Amino acid sequence: MGEFLLVTIQVDMYDRLALNLENDLVTMIKKVEAKGVLIDISAVSIVDSFMGRILGNIATMSKILDAETVVVGMQPAVAITLVELGLPLPGVHTALDVEKGMLLLQKKLNFYEEDEDGDLDQHDSTE
Amino acid sequence: MNNNLLADLLLKKQKEILEQWMKNQLANATLREDLMSNENLRIQSGEMLDYLIKAIKKGNFEDLNSREFEPIVEMLQGLSISRAQQGYTPKETAIYVFSLKEALINLLIKDMADSRELVDAVVLISQLLDQLGIITFETFIKGRESVILRQTQEINEISTPVIRVWDGILALPIIGTLDSARTQIVMENLLQEIVDTGSSIAILDISGVPAVDSLVAQHLIKTVSATRLMGAECIISGIRAEIAQTIVHLGIDLSNIQTKASLAAALKHAFGMLQLEVKKGERKIVR
Repeated sequence: MGEFLLVTIQVDMYDRLALNLENDLVTMIKKVEAKGVLIDISAVSIVDSFMGRILGNIATMSKILDAETVVVGMQPAVAITLVELGLPLPGVHTALDVEKGMLLLQKKLNFYEEDEDGDLDQHDSTE
Repeated sequence: MNNNLLADLLLKKQKEILEQWMKNQLANATLREDLMSNENLRIQSGEMLDYLIKAIKKGNFEDLNSREFEPIVEMLQGLSISRAQQGYTPKETAIYVFSLKEALINLLIKDMADSRELVDAVVLISQLLDQLGIITFETFIKGRESVILRQTQEINEISTPVIRVWDGILALPIIGTLDSARTQIVMENLLQEIVDTGSSIAILDISGVPAVDSLVAQHLIKTVSATRLMGAECIISGIRAEIAQTIVHLGIDLSNIQTKASLAAALKHAFGMLQLEVKKGERKIVR
């Protein structure tokens, strides 16, 4: 979707699958120079500490490749489990559904662009 | 006189025993005519006596775990639980069983000439009815406990309502102490409501929480983290001055959680986040 990647996870993840996802996703971000990644986990009902870590890893890796990660559609039970496991996923942005996630990504992107413009303006004025 | 003969005697005098038992019960000051009519009580007592005499027919007066006693034990338990729920006191329930003992013993005294045999029979009957009394007690307490448990659950459910204060803004007033079990309920209710309404801001109002210790604070932080994971923002409001003091003294870090002094301030902040504006309108009077 434009400069954003949309991943929907439709099955409960097991470890191997999660690792593959991490791999594919990072390669893909590099390939298309994506600016944002949207991970929809609304169909996931079971999550373990490994899965939580993978999500965190993906976010960190994307950040290095200059892309924002938004996790959307988390089930209440999953959220409670992650918190109880002590994994509040720092660095991961969240949104209620895909639509809101997209808005968030766009907002973030615009914000950064504006920021850069602002920087340029400042440079201009100082020069 | 052996056990079988005693059982036969009781069978023969069943009617008489029931009369005596009813008389004892009706004479007692604790009789609750408001909860059960005499007619019903008589039917119930007759049934109970019937079961008892059937149970001891084979001369078994001691082993309450045996098959013959199953119906009477079951009936006693059922009766005891229903009485617990109707609001009888334990005393009133116990008197029900013990007045039967009185009736039985009275009858034995009247009918048995040999004092030695009489003593044996009385001891036997006493032991049996004491055991039945204990069963009644145990079940009565169990019945009460289940009532208390149900009420606790109801209080937990009622005391954590999730309110939609605005389109996209939820408020959750917490009243009472937050323990682990309640936090779980609060969290589940809140997260479910967030999904159902698609709200992006939740206000956790703790004006009704009497004290915040490190455990409660931890529960609060958990709730906020879970809300964030769902993709909603969480604001904690209604923090009283004493609570702010305790939090600082305990060294609890709430710096990455949005906090407001009052629900009004939190709501205002939420409006700001949703870029909503509330204005005082001019009222037009139509004549």
